[in-house]
Amino acid sequence: MPAKELSPIEIYKILPRTNCKECGEANCMAFAAKLVVREAMLDGCKPLLEPGKEETYNKLWALLKPAVKAVEVGVGDHKVTLGGEYVLYRHEFTYFHQPAMAVDVSDEMSPEEFELRVNVVNDFRYEYIGMQLKLDMLAVRSTSGDPDTFAAAVKKAIGLTEKPLILCTHDPEAMRKGLDAAYGRRPLIYAATKDNWKEMAELALQYECPVVASSPQDRDTLKSIAHTLEEYGLSDIVLDPGTEPNRYMTANLDNYIILRWQSINEEEEHLGYPILGLPLVAWTVEEEDTIINEWNEAVIAGVCIARFTDAMIVHGISGWALLPQVFLRSNIYTDPRKPVAVEPELAEFGEPNDMSPVLLTTNFALTYYTVASDVESAKLECYILVVDSEGMSVESAVAGRKMTAETVAEAIAQFKVGDKVQHRHLVIPGRAARLSGEIQELSGWTVSVGPMDSSGIPKYLDEKWTPFPED
Amino acid sequence: MVKSDDIELILSRDLLEKLAKLQEVELDDVDIELDEIEFSVEGGGGGVSSPLLARLGYEFAMIRDSANRITSLLGGPAMGMPMPQMQTAMPGVAHAAPLVKPSALIPETAGIPEAEYPASIVEVRLGATKAEGGTRSISHVIGGETVPPCFNFQAPPKHRPVIAVDVFDWPKVSLSKAVKMHFREVLEDTGEWARLCVDKFGAEMINLHLLTIDPLIEDATPKAAVKKVEEVVEAVDVPISIGGCGDPHKDYQVFKAISENIEGERLLINSVTLDMDIEGTARLISEHDNTVIAFTSMDVNKARELNRKLYDFVSKEQILMDTTTAALGYGLDYAFTVMERCRLAGLKGDPELNHPMSSGTTNAWAAREAWMKMGPEFAPRELRGPIWETITGQTLLLAGVDYFMMMHPAAVDALKTMIDQLMSGEKPAEPTEWVSVRLGR
Repeated sequence: MPAKELSPIEIYKILPRTNCKECGEANCMAFAAKLVVREAMLDGCKPLLEPGKEETYNKLWALLKPAVKAVEVGVGDHKVTLGGEYVLYRHEFTYFHQPAMAVDVSDEMSPEEFELRVNVVNDFRYEYIGMQLKLDMLAVRSTSGDPDTFAAAVKKAIGLTEKPLILCTHDPEAMRKGLDAAYGRRPLIYAATKDNWKEMAELALQYECPVVASSPQDRDTLKSIAHTLEEYGLSDIVLDPGTEPNRYMTANLDNYIILRWQSINEEEEHLGYPILGLPLVAWTVEEEDTIINEWNEAVIAGVCIARFTDAMIVHGISGWALLPQVFLRSNIYTDPRKPVAVEPELAEFGEPNDMSPVLLTTNFALTYYTVASDVESAKLECYILVVDSEGMSVESAVAGRKMTAETVAEAIAQFKVGDKVQHRHLVIPGRAARLSGEIQELSGWTVSVGPMDSSGIPKYLDEKWTPFPED
Repeated sequence: MVKSDDIELILSRDLLEKLAKLQEVELDDVDIELDEIEFSVEGGGGGVSSPLLARLGYEFAMIRDSANRITSLLGGPAMGMPMPQMQTAMPGVAHAAPLVKPSALIPETAGIPEAEYPASIVEVRLGATKAEGGTRSISHVIGGETVPPCFNFQAPPKHRPVIAVDVFDWPKVSLSKAVKMHFREVLEDTGEWARLCVDKFGAEMINLHLLTIDPLIEDATPKAAVKKVEEVVEAVDVPISIGGCGDPHKDYQVFKAISENIEGERLLINSVTLDMDIEGTARLISEHDNTVIAFTSMDVNKARELNRKLYDFVSKEQILMDTTTAALGYGLDYAFTVMERCRLAGLKGDPELNHPMSSGTTNAWAAREAWMKMGPEFAPRELRGPIWETITGQTLLLAGVDYFMMMHPAAVDALKTMIDQLMSGEKPAEPTEWVSVRLGR
């Protein structure tokens, strides 16, 4: 059931209503309220786990389970969850699990290239508003066609990374050897097709691994395979409706949108599984320069991220192409229910003293975190005065008159900045330059215009900062 | 040999058949124990062919499927269904394999969602050809959507989204190095700048920004602004959009002078905002048969409010809405969601939101990752910038944007290519094989 339609009352009525507080909430109604916004899990209700309550549990689970099943790949700290989604559009509720990104290696690559790629999976990271943007998985493909070569590549991958694997081959014999090599790591099996589904289903059962149902450009057969795998006793299924090179972008969008629509809005059980996108198909097209393949791959990945896929395999490993992809998925999977603003305050960084700089910024979350991360990574000791701009960035707040000389002067008084420092010198953002005169006049503080971008703050303070510029 | 009598169902075949025929059935005290389905195969010595077994497996799956549905219709728990697992189910907990594993694929139809949208997006014509009373070689109609963005399986796109390229009338405008390198020769000559965008970079419209009118820059007169616009009108034959400086009072004066002096071109005035003289601006648009971008700050209600205020003075077919574009990484999620909400609301019948949407995609360059020098693993920034603008633009294309204002030639080209691909609706003859293919060189 789409999450947007659930009310806490509906859930409350079915709960045991013991008000035992074992879940950590004050009463069952409060727990019900947490359940419908997915901030609590059903297993938190201890009375519900007692014998004889199975039917009640099942009834609640039927209401609360995600329309797109959550499928786990890998084990331990690096395990990833694919799917587990409730809605089509993020504003209807929120998305929960970013599409996991896997980098491609093949069993015929040179040891150098193989290792380089695994290292990218292990080490890629980018600091972004207090988060680490990273890659999640390694896809090992059999291009050799030889089961033993594939097994050796899987074994090598296991030794080089703890991140989850996707094993890619249509040959059940190669898959068996690959699964043996990856035993205990719960890799994702790619893939069960209309031709090999029985053998792959047996392997998935035997090795207790999630499996991709693959039927490129044929959704009827895809549903057929998924249903048949269910009947075979499998429930951790991922759907591959096929991804085509950029020229056929319409086919890609049709597939992703139709599958996700059917699972969310039509509650089609056999389609209620995570979707796998394959941006790496961009590399099957002959181009003048591989830069074009990599660019086209990033374009497909962008479409996959914005339109519902839950996992992706990419071949390109250049930072310029990966960075916009990891940014986009972080953005799209940000909880839209969370406020876009931080609390206005006088924030302290490091251990500032009464001669430390005072910097001005707005309370738009992205602005604040960007400034904070620049100041932190440079290990600066300073105060940041966070003015209430109604959650707007500096440029918009100045243009929209949400940050004015008045609001800045008020914030200086409200947070008693004058008690913290001896000087009266405020550094304002370059994008608020046009307010400098007015702020100076109204607050009585000396105002200096800082850099246009907060990445320039460390250099600016190093070269220009002095507590008493007039001396 | 398998005889149907050997299939012992507590729910008899007879009852199943009745259920299939009847609309409603009342059953009292029914016990459904379908997990007891058994069948025996006699005469083991090669008497049963594997196709027959395959067929049997399939039939049993179908029976169980029907029975499951019947049971759940009757309010009972489904049979043979695994116990529900929480999202964080322990890996390795496999379900018990069923007694009868299917041995043939169970036929299925995936279905295609049907379109159910009561309203459509209004159509807006930008620019005017000679036949339409202007001097442009082409005009663009945008909007007219009847289904959500990229729901091509319900209706192919009616009109092509249009890409306008930014041109500034002030050579000192702050541009990233990666952008500036393409325009260095024309910074001093607004007309040449516009011509370069059309001839070399494929601009479908010119989005002229009159920065020099800013009281804080040159405070150029409305008369001087008219002259600048005339230069561009002369230099290119595509439709033209006129952008102000953001000072509500000055912008109105300049828009007024331009509207009164340049007639018949169906210009796109960029923009009208809530803090401007809305009535005055709207009347200008209406009286001179131009079009306008209603610009608001990432807020569905403000977009409604501005549109509502405009309706009193100007026809809906002259209004584009722009709810603000934020860069990838710097608020794109809000921008994306506000646009997505506006478009869906418009299709569902909200009469104040069914306008073509505009995006200042150039804002992508506000992201430092688009231009900043970073470590060698993120080089070269000459690619990082345009891909940043491209991803920002294409994400908003998926939210329903009809009119893009862009800057970097490579990003313009990339988004145009994607629009071509979506307009063609081309499907592959055969799926692409990649699993066993050696990729790259």
